[in-house]
Amino acid sequence: MRTLEESSRLSDKVKNIKPSAIRKFFDLANEMKGQVISLSIGEPDFVTPWVIREAGIYSLEKGYTHYSPNTGYMNLRRDIARYMYERFGLSYQPDEEILVTVGGSEAIDLAFRAILNPGDEVIVPEPSFVAYNSLAVMAGATPVSIATKPEEGFRLKPEALEAAITEKSKILVLAYPNNPTGGIMPREDLEALLPVLEKHPELIVVSDELYAELTYSADSHCSIAALPGMHERSVVIGGFSKAFAMTGWRLGFALAPKDIIGGMNKIHQYGIMSAPTTAQYGALTALREAYPEVQRMKEAYNQRRRVLIRRLNAIGLDCFEAEGAFYAFPNIACCGMDSNTFCETLLAEEQVAVIPGVAFGECGEGFVRISYAASMDNIKEALRRLERFVNKYRE
Amino acid sequence: MSRKEEILHLLEEDSRLSSAEIAERLGYDEEDIVVDMAEMTADKVILGYTAVINWEKADSRHDAPVDALIEVNITPQRGMGFDKIAKRIYSFPQVKDCYLMSGGYDLLVVMKARTLKEVANFVFDKIAPMDSVVSTQTHFILRHYKSHGIIMNENEEDNREAVVL
Ligand SMILES: Cc1ncc(COP(=O)(O)O)c(C=O)c1O
Repeated sequence: MRTLEESSRLSDKVKNIKPSAIRKFFDLANEMKGQVISLSIGEPDFVTPWVIREAGIYSLEKGYTHYSPNTGYMNLRRDIARYMYERFGLSYQPDEEILVTVGGSEAIDLAFRAILNPGDEVIVPEPSFVAYNSLAVMAGATPVSIATKPEEGFRLKPEALEAAITEKSKILVLAYPNNPTGGIMPREDLEALLPVLEKHPELIVVSDELYAELTYSADSHCSIAALPGMHERSVVIGGFSKAFAMTGWRLGFALAPKDIIGGMNKIHQYGIMSAPTTAQYGALTALREAYPEVQRMKEAYNQRRRVLIRRLNAIGLDCFEAEGAFYAFPNIACCGMDSNTFCETLLAEEQVAVIPGVAFGECGEGFVRISYAASMDNIKEALRRLERFVNKYRE
Repeated sequence: MSRKEEILHLLEEDSRLSSAEIAERLGYDEEDIVVDMAEMTADKVILGYTAVINWEKADSRHDAPVDALIEVNITPQRGMGFDKIAKRIYSFPQVKDCYLMSGGYDLLVVMKARTLKEVANFVFDKIAPMDSVVSTQTHFILRHYKSHGIIMNENEEDNREAVVL
């Protein structure tokens, strides 16, 4: 058997995708599954609310098992349009500006492939979700990272954006609320980017808003596409995975101007045909009936968030006040280890799994990602073990 | 939602939370929580703290207790509304809950007893002979699937995989 690395029959593009820096760590954590407290997982610990599951079952009983239209069922696209308007003030035409996809993941891939030419650059503020860089490479483009900082709430600043833009820049990825930092971009911070964006009208913003429902500050999430002039040059990525706890259903969507959605659908119709039918029926009920459940889960996350962040700071792991998603991103400098060593040692000695910050970009070195999509009991026990660990290694 | 309401919602889910934990979860000062709790206890908003128990699983030498629902039909008598007759019934300690109902009967009495016989005796000796009681109908609960919002035999295993973030 040829290993992936030595195989010569794979495409250059695939060979050029860097293997995940923390594969080893994941394998180890997987082997120890059952014995470890895992605060490493990027998906809700809640199962999908029963109303949604029940709607999926009912659709199967009724025999709704065929392909949907390529772009998704019209009534679902209509409901997505209404939901995004009511929640975030976004206005999209269900018939030509919305595409239902296999998770936000597919939507990101499609947007990149529909927009990018070889040699184009994709600007990615880091630390960030791991998919953007590899998907950019697969689309023949070059990822360019911007380091964001904890003292700035891991927000993207206009000067940093300006400095990263070249004549090859084609896409800016915005991913707030952010995985892995929990950072958000309030309206004023988005508005501050507008002058830079106006100077570079060719740049398209791909805004990954998978965690839009999960913000804990007084103001709710603001989408960049809601700002003046941005509708025409934004692709909003949304989905059901996080807020509705529907990761395994694999359903997301993209909102964008007609030409971009059309381009994305060209790829989608050949590669995917259409998003899963059962999941679309589940999603319809999710939007119509499961909103109270979303609020209930969000309240649970918020309680865990307060406990986690307060205690991390008390232990001596400085942690900025993450106001979105379900992650905290504390600084581990006090232990004098790099993030990989920290996580491996913590796993071996205390059986607690968290993710090395470096997995999310070089500027994530010196941090770890802690997911609070876990029960309060597990979070508290993990904190007790973390405290013991930090006390042992604190310099 | 007011702070007191937030506290009540938390306690309804987990009545064992200390005021320090409540403060931490909700993001308030502990002193404020202590004052709120004292006020709500004095005002009888909070009446008590209980546990939800699956008696079928309890390690007991006796059989699990018998739960019964008793529907009671009443003719209210002059000067003696439903409240008075209800009081005569719910004052028995074996009555866990007692509700005035709309629909086919008047009072729903929830009773916990050690044996079937105990329920039967209670209905025959205590409730049925009361003057204003017209009829009763007793139902025994065979299995608790869900109680106080908690599913009794739920598998809570975490089956999430370590996928690529
Ligand atoms: C920021 C971000 N975007 C997109 C995704 C992919 O989500 P989906 O399940 O909709 O494909 C994730 C999942 O972890 C994520 O964290």
